[in-house]
Amino acid sequence: MIIDFDQVTAENVSRHFGRRRALSRISFRAGRGMILGLLGPNGAGKSTMIALLATLMRPSEGDIKYGTHRSNTTGASLRAAIGILGHDLFLYPELTARENLTFFAGLYGAGDARAAATAALEQAGLADRADDAIGSFSRGMRQRVALERALIHRPRLVLLDEPFTGLDDASAAALVARLRALRAEGAIVVLATHDLDLADGLLDSALFLRDGRMVDTVARPDALRSTYRAIMGRPGVS
Amino acid sequence: MPKWFLPLTGLCAVMFAASPFIIANADYEATMGLVQKIFYYHLPSAWIFLLSAIVCGIASARFLFRGSPRQDRLAYAAAELTVLFGAIVLVTGPLWARKAWGVWWQWDVRLTSSLMGWMVAWAYLLVRKYGGPGSDKLAAGLALFGMANVPFVYVSVNYWRTIHPATTVVPTLPVDMGLALWFSVACFLLLFVLLLRLRVHLEEQRARLDALYLSLDE
Amino acid sequence: MPARRSLGEGGFGRTAWLVLRKDLMVEVRSLEIAYTTLFFAISCVLFFAFALVKEGKAPEDGAAGILWIAIAFAGTLALGRTFERERQSETLRALLMAPADRPAIYVGKLLGIIALLSVAELVLVPLVAFLFQAPLLSHPFWLSAVLISGTVGFSAVGTLFSAMLVRARSRDVLLPVLLYPITVPVIIAGVRATAALLEPDVELSLVRFWVALLLALDVVFVTLALWTFEPLMTD
Repeated sequence: MIIDFDQVTAENVSRHFGRRRALSRISFRAGRGMILGLLGPNGAGKSTMIALLATLMRPSEGDIKYGTHRSNTTGASLRAAIGILGHDLFLYPELTARENLTFFAGLYGAGDARAAATAALEQAGLADRADDAIGSFSRGMRQRVALERALIHRPRLVLLDEPFTGLDDASAAALVARLRALRAEGAIVVLATHDLDLADGLLDSALFLRDGRMVDTVARPDALRSTYRAIMGRPGVS
Repeated sequence: MPKWFLPLTGLCAVMFAASPFIIANADYEATMGLVQKIFYYHLPSAWIFLLSAIVCGIASARFLFRGSPRQDRLAYAAAELTVLFGAIVLVTGPLWARKAWGVWWQWDVRLTSSLMGWMVAWAYLLVRKYGGPGSDKLAAGLALFGMANVPFVYVSVNYWRTIHPATTVVPTLPVDMGLALWFSVACFLLLFVLLLRLRVHLEEQRARLDALYLSLDE
Repeated sequence: MPARRSLGEGGFGRTAWLVLRKDLMVEVRSLEIAYTTLFFAISCVLFFAFALVKEGKAPEDGAAGILWIAIAFAGTLALGRTFERERQSETLRALLMAPADRPAIYVGKLLGIIALLSVAELVLVPLVAFLFQAPLLSHPFWLSAVLISGTVGFSAVGTLFSAMLVRARSRDVLLPVLLYPITVPVIIAGVRATAALLEPDVELSLVRFWVALLLALDVVFVTLALWTFEPLMTD
């Protein structure tokens, strides 16, 4: 049974570790063909929210709903619809790009693993380096492979945690174009980043987080940097 | 703390104070004489040690599969008491052995198996203390394996020690139904329940404090 | 957009096989864990030899004990290194995110560890036989039975505990702290059975008893591990 859904909803989601509150009562909704940005400084809780959305962690309070399905009732079938690109890339440096992609394609049930891997390499523009070990790649190249790995099973929900880290301009532009293409295909994209310049003009909706709290939500934000400063500079935001 | 706690603590204190007299009045054991009397503390401790380990194991299983924090607190408290009562067993045992048979340690199957169980309880506490976040689940997993291991430890140690011929014969502990024995068992059982309740209470206070800290963040 | 996705046909077995194959592929690239574990195991044996051998003779049953201790120590090292690799790029998370039965990932990793330890044993057994004049190779079938059932038991617990500890603090020292008390029956049974096989008149019934115990233990531990893997891996 494969699960598909039209939207992801977070309802009053909180997560704490002992005494430390990582997230406090976060609520939002993201639908198909939409890019939602989680913005905030380091330690705001963006990575935690991504992990919660990926079902790698369970919320301490509140609920995350995928369509009508709740995260704690469905396991493997829900994971088939989720793709995550973490900060740590999730690639085996000893294996080649092709081997990494073939492995994950097989593991994630992407049909014909070798074909999917070849197609992904084409997408990433790395067909000529396919048989080189990932360990020899630059950060940008690794990022491209990692993105393809995250998308190889064509998930409905795409989660990206700081995907622009260490990318040069060309790679960043390529990533932005890719995300726009995903949106056009109807995916739900949640993007956590503190790189405001790159996210500018890309987001359909932005959630501003600080110290685990939701400071503001802005639909169709523009001039992100000034909006961000204005919101974060408000009194009462400690 | 529930209402029964203080009165029962008083009762427990009185019972323990009375126990030496009751033990002294029990029948003298033929071969070992006075030394055998330590058995009246040793055996109940061993039973409570086992009981505590079982409580820890069951609470760990329930915590692992249901996620109830109450069960986690219970498991933690029970693990500490397993270490405590295990220590009593492992001290009284050799003391008895030394006086009765001249050697401190005899690789007796029960004592050796108890030692292994004790080590697992210690490992539980070490994981809780040094494992960082998520260590409650790790410890619960360990407790489950510890419990599943009990029959294997007993059987393997038992057959292992027959390779080492015992120089003296360790008698099977006589389960005579004397008043002294059951009185001691009652003492230790009461002590166990009280300590468990007290320790769980401490964990509950800690949890309440954590919740207060969290709500401060609101 | 998302085309019809297959949920990993052949499910459990296929996932386990994919993970195992990946582990073997990664290991073959550098052979780092294989070489270092092997070298460590050999050093262990030599260490014990220097410590215990008197006038050119090992203590009674010394060979069996030294063999199993070397396996346990080398196994602990291999477990730590294998999961350190999964920690490196957080690839364990990627494995857990797979739309497959999570216990299948455990099985894949378990088989990899068993394979690694088996390779170490292939070197250790002749080495110990050679150094201590122990006729270890006189009953190959029974020795293999003992080694396999013991290795499975040790690895089953070790793989689970190592996976559990990947995100914990003090994980290097906590692995032996957790692993050794639990695997005491494995060591006892393994050593006793091996020692029995070294006797001039082998008592096969005794060996059978220990192997039966080990097999029972394997079943219980693997079942328990499969049962608890999912809750232990979820935060």
